Amino acid sequence: MSSKILETFHVNGEQVEAAFGPHKTLLEVLREDLDLPGTKHGCELGECGACAVLVDGEPVLSCLLLGVEAVGREIVTVEGLADDDRLHPLQDAFADLGGAQCGYCTPGILVTAKALLDAHPQPTRPQIEEALSGNLCRCTGYLQIFESVEEAARRAAEVTS
Amino acid sequence: MSDSQGGTVEGDPHRATQTVFNVIGKPRRRVDARAKVTGRTEFADDMTLPRMLHCRLLRSHLPHARIKAIDTTAAAAAPGVKLVLTGEHFPVAYGILPVSQDEHPLAREVVRHVGDPVAAVIATTEEEAQAGVELINVDYEVLTTIASSEQALETPSPQIHDYAQEGNVHKRVALEFGDVDEALAGAAHVFEDTFFYQGNTHLPIEQHASLAAVDPDGKLALWSSTQTPHYVHRALSKALELPGHRIRVIATPNGGGFGGKSDPFNHEIVVCKAALLLDRPVKICLNREEVFYCHRGRHPVLMRFKTGVDADGKIVGMDLETLLDGGAFGSYGVASTFYTGALQTVTYTIPRYRFRGCRTFTNKPACGPKRGHGTVQPRFGQEIQLDKIAVALDKNPAALRQSMLAQPDSLTANYLQIRTIGLGECLEQVVAGSEFNQRWGKLPEGRGLGLACSSYLTGAGLPIYWNKMPHSGVQLRLDRMGAVTAFCGATEIGQGSDDVLAGCVAEILGIDPHDIHLRTGATDITPIDLGSYSSRVTLMMGNAAIEAAERARELLAKAVAAKLEIPAARIGFSGRRVFDIQDPDTGYTFQEACVEAEAMFGTLGTVGSYRPPRSPARFKGGGVGPSPTYSYSASVVEVEVDPETGWIHVPKIWIAHDIGRSLNPTLVRGQVEGSVYMGLGEALMEEQTFRRLPPKRSHAVVHKFPSLLEYKSPTALDMPEIVTYLIEDPDPTGPFGAKEVGQGPLLPIMPAIANAVFDAVGVRVDETPISPEKILRALDAKAKGKPGRTGPKSFPQIPWPEPFRVKPPWEGGDGRADNAPPPSKKRVELEEGSGAKGVQA
Repeated sequence: MSSKILETFHVNGEQVEAAFGPHKTLLEVLREDLDLPGTKHGCELGECGACAVLVDGEPVLSCLLLGVEAVGREIVTVEGLADDDRLHPLQDAFADLGGAQCGYCTPGILVTAKALLDAHPQPTRPQIEEALSGNLCRCTGYLQIFESVEEAARRAAEVTS
Repeated sequence: MSDSQGGTVEGDPHRATQTVFNVIGKPRRRVDARAKVTGRTEFADDMTLPRMLHCRLLRSHLPHARIKAIDTTAAAAAPGVKLVLTGEHFPVAYGILPVSQDEHPLAREVVRHVGDPVAAVIATTEEEAQAGVELINVDYEVLTTIASSEQALETPSPQIHDYAQEGNVHKRVALEFGDVDEALAGAAHVFEDTFFYQGNTHLPIEQHASLAAVDPDGKLALWSSTQTPHYVHRALSKALELPGHRIRVIATPNGGGFGGKSDPFNHEIVVCKAALLLDRPVKICLNREEVFYCHRGRHPVLMRFKTGVDADGKIVGMDLETLLDGGAFGSYGVASTFYTGALQTVTYTIPRYRFRGCRTFTNKPACGPKRGHGTVQPRFGQEIQLDKIAVALDKNPAALRQSMLAQPDSLTANYLQIRTIGLGECLEQVVAGSEFNQRWGKLPEGRGLGLACSSYLTGAGLPIYWNKMPHSGVQLRLDRMGAVTAFCGATEIGQGSDDVLAGCVAEILGIDPHDIHLRTGATDITPIDLGSYSSRVTLMMGNAAIEAAERARELLAKAVAAKLEIPAARIGFSGRRVFDIQDPDTGYTFQEACVEAEAMFGTLGTVGSYRPPRSPARFKGGGVGPSPTYSYSASVVEVEVDPETGWIHVPKIWIAHDIGRSLNPTLVRGQVEGSVYMGLGEALMEEQTFRRLPPKRSHAVVHKFPSLLEYKSPTALDMPEIVTYLIEDPDPTGPFGAKEVGQGPLLPIMPAIANAVFDAVGVRVDETPISPEKILRALDAKAKGKPGRTGPKSFPQIPWPEPFRVKPPWEGGDGRADNAPPPSKKRVELEEGSGAKGVQA
């Protein structure tokens, strides 16, 4: 087996060191070497969106990116959404409105929705559908997810106004 | 004062008549929501343990072959490899049903489908385990491949399983309730139609994962993404020849199940064996392709309906034949076979009914239970045929259905006990909402409306192995800190079973659901619940939870009543307080009440349990179909079909579901919409289909597209607008009157879409998926003057056995077959396969 390399990652606002095999995907490094199992996997082929994380603010499928490619870039995972003990408005809305059933696709959907709201604080329904079209969910039928994103946008607007 | 704050209602053990609530019926955040939105729900593959090893499986690349030799020498010597296992290590067979103990954790002698596990390699890393797998050499002797049900019927040898009823026919069943031939002969019209429902798979986003370890005290522990930890526990005990009390199984929260994690799986037993041999934790996580080969999904079913109706179109008799392609193992298949014939009678009155079903073995991944288990396929046929009958007789499809609804509190021809029926109101709602009567048959070419109804079990009436014990148990502990912990073996698969448990207990104790500690799905600490299948959890666990909570409430009420010197019947529970209902300001906090009760009674703990009522069916095969009560659904679907391309667009769906009582409307709506979504996928695109490689390349039967990209499922861009109506008519058997919602609302979607396509472009697609290509083929045929239809043309001749003849209740029947002895009264069979030949699930 190949020997490990040591790198520093910027994850969820922290600098963390990890020793890992250079062949590993960012998904594997996050889950296995950075102790961040919140990011999930459903295919490891870039098909389901479960492994989405933000890299420099953009949703990225972490199963298609090598860990080494993410070094020096700002990574946000589901563990980094809450502000200490205060859930992100998206997390609150998903919890209140049934946006998460089994919760397995939820981390990828939350970070993807965060990127959408960061770019479009008041997204239209078609914008939400388009943004989440790469994230498969087998439980909800998506509608409560759309409503959760809309509710989060509404609550965020209330807070800032 | 509300009856929720007062005592229990006499003669209403499940609180179905309660009308005022603290918690029940109010939309609220589920108790496990915080864990899910923070990514902290711990799924099986999220777990790691010190010294953990990894397992990979070598799977057969051939669909049917005899194993002549396996050489594991190179694998065993490879770097990092700790252990190599083969079928030699697993002499004992297992399987979910007592009548189908036909699986081994690793194949012995024969492989039966591409993907059948042959060997396991356990190594320090997953990569090393996989490298080891690739060093194993297997010498196979290729056997004839049985690729379809039709081929199985024609090819008795080689047998895929030697216990099959005959050749490669796994099971044939035949039941007749009243003289159906006579009914059809006397009918004003007889309609004969064949339909084919394609197989499809569950596609949970979480891949199956399992972690086994030997506890410090030497006992075996398994954490696994399973819907049925109790049945896995039994299978482990049997296959590993280990006493049950030496094993604990913990169902980790499932990242979606839909029936696909209901069997005990080979990989679960393999990692347990490895952990025991190495005394180290061993984990496996299947990749996506392996999940497709695990399958246990929807059976492909060919069916023929022969239905006689009177001059008004009302059914006078029905003759149904089904042919199921079972794949390589029994799985739940015998139950699935019976289910293809069980519930036809529960929606509409069918005075006489004959059902004959046949399941074949084929060299493909085994089929099993998927959402709507076995009832989805015939519902597709039945509801399309009803549409054809309505059109042929110039009737409104909604009015025709309304005219022959099954009746509440009645027995069906096949002895299923119906309780409440909200189907009439479901129909009214979707018809009114969609303006069906004004718009059906009148929309412009290319647009159409379709309607269908359905019903489903609220929990199987019999356990998988017959016994007299509870189907669900709940245990509560309360302490002086005011803490309440609820224990139940029920399994959280995303449907919200933990929330139902907390909600039921909180309602009765007057506390918040989020106050309660939950310990679920762990066989060492939780009372047994049979698992998350057959839409049983809300009703069975809910009723057990109510019983346990009532007993705890009684202890607290007695203690507080003694302090207040008033009768216990005057004690109310609400807002975390225990008080005098005549003077609500006088009372104690919930914690203070716990202190008083612990002082009076000692350590506080209560239990509750639930067992369904006995079915009146006394014939063999009557074990499949009974349920404490049935849910009902009706749907109208609007479609747009482009006659040039066949492209179908579904802009809007109206769905009404008879829920009895909605415990948490947020979750209920999620189950309805999730069912509609899954039905949409099955109707339009999802199919688990196979192709044969060329003869020079092994001629194997391989999955056409074992990937999430190519196995098409609806995305966020494919969802229509859904209008949901919840019909709440509390059912006396359900907790607070609740019925199931997890599966039933899926059933009407596929036939409603097929019926809408007919309304839009005037052609019938009598099979799934209803693809543009099939619509075009039907349109082309119609243009050439042939029948505008795509679908199966015939049903094979099957040598059916003489049916068990059971007179319907209205013809003087008593639930017994006239021509066969009733099944053995000795139903308590604690040992699997020891003679419980009846069929359940």
